[in-house]
Amino acid sequence: MASKRKAFVDKKHCVSCGCCVKVCPISAISIYCGVFAVVESQKCVGCGMCAKACPASVIEIKEAQ
Amino acid sequence: MKKQKKHWNDYLYIFSAAYLILGFFNILFAYLGLICFFTPLAVAVIGGSKAYCNRYCGRGQLFSILGDKLGLSAKKDVPKFIKSKYFRYGFLIFFLVMFINMLFNTYLVFSGARDMKEVVTLLWTFKAPWKWAYSGGAAPAVAQFAFGFYSIMLTSTILGIITMLLFKPRSWCVYCPMGTMTQTVCAIRNRGKIKAYEENSK
Ligand code: SF4
Ligand code: SF4
Ligand code: SF4
Repeated sequence: MASKRKAFVDKKHCVSCGCCVKVCPISAISIYCGVFAVVESQKCVGCGMCAKACPASVIEIKEAQ
Repeated sequence: MKKQKKHWNDYLYIFSAAYLILGFFNILFAYLGLICFFTPLAVAVIGGSKAYCNRYCGRGQLFSILGDKLGLSAKKDVPKFIKSKYFRYGFLIFFLVMFINMLFNTYLVFSGARDMKEVVTLLWTFKAPWKWAYSGGAAPAVAQFAFGFYSIMLTSTILGIITMLLFKPRSWCVYCPMGTMTQTVCAIRNRGKIKAYEENSK
């Protein structure tokens, strides 16, 4: 069963370092055009690994509407 | 949880660590650091991506190892101002000005207006004697550039280590001038795609 909690990126403050991409166990997050990270919502299981690793702390795990 | 598979490029931290150590033995190794300057820019300008940051930067990996594997990082959020555009661009500009200043110093030595100094300047302020790492053999200006460039590399490592200890392991990446510069290049180069993306996700 897919969890409803998902990762959300504050794109304005993302520094596109890729730390989140490195730790995501299911490759649900990637860097778009070298500018910000984007989450594939269907894939994301809301584990929070990316949020923990993000040096800018711009990822939030919250309920998806 | 499943770990991602390791690739050869996950070991580039060895290159970064070796680079810093070699500078203690022979300052001329400083020139190797130019790779870390031109590769990310070339990748951003030609490829329009941050593949360098995302996969090949040994410095970022080094901070991860120190902070995560060795547990040296407090893993706190960075203060808000550090991730503001003002601070990131301000630091980039400051960094570039200091870089030009370093090039100018090299020029002064080249033109004979100033003597070559065997010092490594830390945090743009403290001059550490570094005589042991240079035994002559290169033109004075060539050596001067090596001292200047290594000063920049060591200074940024020190700053990175401080923010690694205080905040998240790779906090340096938030205000790293190379990171800011390549992100900006990508944003300009891919502005069409970015705009389309933002309109789609509205
Ligand atoms: S780790 Fe954070 S700052 Fe870095 S790319 Fe991912 S979301 Fe952006
Ligand atoms: S919350 Fe977990 S699954 Fe979702 S993007 Fe982050 S690391 Fe990947
Ligand atoms: S932001 Fe700087 S330190 Fe971080 S991965 Fe990119 S080039 Fe390396």
